[in-house]
Amino acid sequence: MALMTTDATDLAGQVEQAARPVLMKGNEAMAEAAIQAGCDAYFGYPITPQAELLEWMARRMPELGRVFVQAESELGAINMALGAAATGARVLVSSSSPGISLMAEAMSYMAGSEVPMVLINVMRGGPGLGSIGPSQADYFQATKGHGHGDYRVPVLAPSSIAEAVALTADAFELAERYRTPVIILADGVMGQAMEPVVPVYRTPAREPAGWELTGAVERDPRVVRSLHLRPEELEVHNHHLQAKFAEIREHEVRWAGEDLDDADIVIVAYGTSARVARTAVERAREQGLRVGIFRPITLWPFPSAELAAAALGARAVVVVEMSAGQMVEDVRLALEGRTPIFFQGRTGGMVPTPIEVVEAVVRAAALTAPHGRHPAPDGDGR
Amino acid sequence: MGAIPLPTATGGEAMATMTSDTRRIIYRRPDTLVDTSTHYCPGCGHGIIHRLVAELLDEMHLGPTTIGVASVGCSVFAYDYLAVDFVESPHGRAPAVATGVRRVRPDAFVFTYQGDGDLAAIGTAEIIHAAARGERISVIFVNNGIYGMTGGQMAPTTLLGQRTTSSPAGRDAGLAGYPIPITEMLALLPGVTYAARGSIADPPLIGRTKAMLRRAFEVQLAGAGLSIVEILSTCPVGWGMTPTEAMAHVAHDVVQTYPLGVMVDRLRAPVAGAPEV
Repeated sequence: MALMTTDATDLAGQVEQAARPVLMKGNEAMAEAAIQAGCDAYFGYPITPQAELLEWMARRMPELGRVFVQAESELGAINMALGAAATGARVLVSSSSPGISLMAEAMSYMAGSEVPMVLINVMRGGPGLGSIGPSQADYFQATKGHGHGDYRVPVLAPSSIAEAVALTADAFELAERYRTPVIILADGVMGQAMEPVVPVYRTPAREPAGWELTGAVERDPRVVRSLHLRPEELEVHNHHLQAKFAEIREHEVRWAGEDLDDADIVIVAYGTSARVARTAVERAREQGLRVGIFRPITLWPFPSAELAAAALGARAVVVVEMSAGQMVEDVRLALEGRTPIFFQGRTGGMVPTPIEVVEAVVRAAALTAPHGRHPAPDGDGR
Repeated sequence: MGAIPLPTATGGEAMATMTSDTRRIIYRRPDTLVDTSTHYCPGCGHGIIHRLVAELLDEMHLGPTTIGVASVGCSVFAYDYLAVDFVESPHGRAPAVATGVRRVRPDAFVFTYQGDGDLAAIGTAEIIHAAARGERISVIFVNNGIYGMTGGQMAPTTLLGQRTTSSPAGRDAGLAGYPIPITEMLALLPGVTYAARGSIADPPLIGRTKAMLRRAFEVQLAGAGLSIVEILSTCPVGWGMTPTEAMAHVAHDVVQTYPLGVMVDRLRAPVAGAPEV
């Protein structure tokens, strides 16, 4: 059977029955994962490198009797999502960096009015129109709030297509549990690459929400809004939001570690950079360097305490990103100056090579003193 | 305010009820209109228009299935006065938000309530494309030719020569262009099934505006594309007029730029000849 089909229906049929690996493109895998997670409505606008996600939904959603609208702009798409999600529907929106910028306004409204929704950003090079190459340069935008006002949204960063499938279902669950938008921060490689996956789909249970707009039948009218004109009232609302963010920080941190037990050097990387780093670790270990990877899966909440513990015995930390070093700031905050931090990154749509990462590790080792070993945690830090 | 009209020919039936002691109630607050005082300024048209919407939601038994979309501007607080489910939209995006509501709730009655800054400036793309798609929503477009909530700045609908806080010498076409007849523009689109412009300048006009709104709602219930009613309204504070002067200004001056009438009713018949109310 031709696995590199572009026929959404055929591949979806294969995927539904797959007990063996299926060759899937990241964009299509995330789209199908959303469908299998019970996504009721998708709104989007064409932009590279996420267009296949929109195209997949354009074919699959109508055949399932679900909602697909190609909007007039990313502004239109995200506001359609706001309206649909305000009625309690499970809603997905996707775009890439420039389009995500246009969505900042509505993301702030949704965070303020506590409307759940999943937004996939298949990041490309910036700033501005930038390039269509893969990038991780929207880290600040995603993790520090995106739009105006005091808010954060959970940000999930898949590092493989199989993980992207799993995180898509998780994202809907988080969105509904905390009544918040959730961002899946993928990059052009995650969107465009194909790899064999045994997709594990999941449909999160639907809990009766009690706030959604369904028409005021035998109940008082409901209003989904972010406006609280009285400062006293808005401050109370902000306290409520902050308490929610604290709860997310406490319960939803996710990360993964590899080879951290004896690591002298800890690489911190997510998404495609973490894939490159994995190859680099193998090569560095062949050269006798004890290197491990700490991979944040939630970029917000950032696994700060977990990273601090993982780096306790290390002589240096090397941050690898497809950006000019945006995550470095969170790594610094986590390590509080205890461990020297090095950065290796590429920008503009370029992907770091394993050789570059190994060289960065060698440099970091040469420039830092050996550290007394302390036991460091390993394994999945979910 | 004393200017609130008696029920009109098209709106009276639900208002006339008998009490146990046989006194006849000919005018009362619609159930959908919340029993509260509003934040609107004296002479503002929103109160009248809210009442028309509430009367129609009652008369057409639409309240329980309604999901309203509030926009940004003075009327954002419509949800405080109309007792139906509401979602608040970012500035100008109400037609997109309403699209989302409509698509996942095919049985709901969905309307947006937007001002002229919201619909004809920042939300131009959203209204045009909702119209192009023929979204089955009703748009209540309140045009008072000014940004009222922010203190009376020039809007795209501001009349030529009109003084506002951002056109202190009067709107000059050379500097700020011309008033935008956006409802006429929308009426060109096949997705727009009904487009009309009414006014609240006097009781007979209010009655006609109510009939337009009723028609717009009927069009939605018939599942037939987007319906829009532009309503010429007042902003006495922003215009620097008394409420009475403001009403007269709408009746005599504003209508010169924005003529009243039904621009299109594609459910009835292709429109031929001059618009008529």
